[in-house]
Amino acid sequence: MRSFITGNDAVAEAVRLCRAQFVAAYPITPQTPIYEKLSSWEANGELGGVMMRTESEHSAMAACLSASLTGVRTFTATSSQGLALMHEMLHMASGCRTPVVMVCVNRTLAVPWAFWSDQTDSLSQRDTGWMQIYCEDNQESLDSVIQAFRLAETMLLPCMVVTEANFISHFMEPVDVPSQEEVDAFVPPVSIPRRFDVDNPGYVAAVVSQAQYRDYRRLTQEAMEASLSVIEDIDKEFRESFGRGYGLIDSVQVEDAEIVLVTTATITSTARLVIRQLRDKGHKIGLLKIRVFRPFPTLQLRRILERVPRIAVIERNISLGREGIFCSELKAALANSPERHIIQGYLAGIGGTDVTPDIIEQVVLHALELKEATDGPIWMA
Amino acid sequence: MDGLALNTIQESRPQEILRSGHLACPGCGIALGMRMVLRAMGPRVIVVVVPSCVAVTSGPYPHAALGVPAFHSAFEIAAPTAAGISSALKLQGIDDIPVLTFAGDGGTFDIGLQSLSGAAARDDDIIYVCMDNEAYMNTGIQVSSSTPKFAWTGTSPRGNPRRKKQIMEIMAAHRIPYAATISVGFPDDLTMKIKRAAGIRGTRFIHCLCPCAPGWKLPENLAPKVSVAAVETNIFPLYEIINGTDFTITHDSKNLPVETYLSLQGRYRRLTEKEVQEIQRETDRLWSDLRAKAAKGPH
Repeated sequence: MRSFITGNDAVAEAVRLCRAQFVAAYPITPQTPIYEKLSSWEANGELGGVMMRTESEHSAMAACLSASLTGVRTFTATSSQGLALMHEMLHMASGCRTPVVMVCVNRTLAVPWAFWSDQTDSLSQRDTGWMQIYCEDNQESLDSVIQAFRLAETMLLPCMVVTEANFISHFMEPVDVPSQEEVDAFVPPVSIPRRFDVDNPGYVAAVVSQAQYRDYRRLTQEAMEASLSVIEDIDKEFRESFGRGYGLIDSVQVEDAEIVLVTTATITSTARLVIRQLRDKGHKIGLLKIRVFRPFPTLQLRRILERVPRIAVIERNISLGREGIFCSELKAALANSPERHIIQGYLAGIGGTDVTPDIIEQVVLHALELKEATDGPIWMA
Repeated sequence: MDGLALNTIQESRPQEILRSGHLACPGCGIALGMRMVLRAMGPRVIVVVVPSCVAVTSGPYPHAALGVPAFHSAFEIAAPTAAGISSALKLQGIDDIPVLTFAGDGGTFDIGLQSLSGAAARDDDIIYVCMDNEAYMNTGIQVSSSTPKFAWTGTSPRGNPRRKKQIMEIMAAHRIPYAATISVGFPDDLTMKIKRAAGIRGTRFIHCLCPCAPGWKLPENLAPKVSVAAVETNIFPLYEIINGTDFTITHDSKNLPVETYLSLQGRYRRLTEKEVQEIQRETDRLWSDLRAKAAKGPH
């Protein structure tokens, strides 16, 4: 069914359609409408699961991961300060190999206090062992949540679907909301380990030795690496079922490109327009959107960018003291590439500022003229 | 009362859930308490432990001292972890397996108080047992908000300047269906309360005073005796609270002077006469308040 809905409502629809059984959450702007929507469905019996209204995001994740250990499908959503408060629990969730699915609506971290889109909250959780999928629009947000339940439960790894304050959370767009039958066919009933059996007792998450710790970490890393192809397989199957697919990365007109603009999330949709306009003016420009950040699609990126001499990365986040985080990751991914690239990072949209077509065009034209890249980022105002 | 005969049978042939070979220190009050509590619960229970002496006692991989399914969760989330399991079991139609969590005083009075309050406010269906050894003993004897006034710890080397937080009053204020104090010096009272808690639904809070040989500077054989002394001097009265308002004292104390309790422990060795008198006055006041509440009868 085609509905004109916000990104938050699109996420909530996906959670309901996937029959999440246990939802624990705590209010925080701009995620709260997801929490409210699921609560109203729980109240009128349409959710099918139960909600726990915790006293903090930290406890929400604690409850989700422990519920998941009993074998049920779990979901939570948060933003910004709430995600930062959860940090310790994110490591716990991945360490316990619990396939919790969470939506993070990107929002600025204090201080200064603000409520706008900024990716630094989710990117700060880079090393917690969560898969991370960045969404471009409302439709992709709904679809990614559906994929995330399949993916997380297949890999026994938690998955974070990342949307954006306002640009996705509160903006309304036409969204194809699939039927319950279609989603049931794609997301089977949950079948994950049930860790607590009184007839066969075991001790979950005991203290281990140095070597055991290393071996558990290695197993989780191997699962992360293996999940790259699983993400692609699930996405391919999704395309066959629903007619839409997204991949680990998405590239537009990169084959003959002299410069490729690398984007993530909502900036991408604006960039698609700019790329067409610049192509019309004769610039050989391509676009590459990074959708999956963890696991990082190193080889897939390298394959596309190998022969591209110039790369401009435009992004809405910063690792203070370094640069935009996607830019750093991309540079690392290309460090073993045989070709030399000029890779320039641009910061645009920090603090939720608008990234207009004009700003994106300025970035491309600037990068085309560069003889050398600067090590630090260039701020676009 | 009902069930007394059953208790006696159980006591004579106890099914031990806490296995021998656990990692508690010799003479540990927590190991005694866990053993008695789990014996009263029986084998059909899921246990959550959090970083504390309880988690140490439970043993490192591949050893497991707990003979029931257990999860070693994080420090400040004993309550929501247990609540998540309890709620998820019910979703799967499993309604007869209680979820019990053991946390230390640090994990209850300090870092876990917020999440415990959250669970109690929701009346989540869990049994929360605070194993209170009155300091951060797992990390080597540092002061907590459960440490009594004037007690020595490594971070209160001149004696703790603050009084012990009244956790039972805080839990009673949540109006949870059941709260009780238990002592390893009174196994029958302990067993009766754990069985009573197990028969109730909602958040049940149990406060167990657990003598700590190294932390309290006690000889290893004194945990039961000092536990009895804590109760008989009214330092740690045995009582239960129904729905946060109905108080019942479950042991008639001998009203012994607090000196009887304090003098057994090295952590109070440097107390002045004035300080002992202050502890006596404070103990008398709290005991009198408790008796007044119990005298009111049920609401």
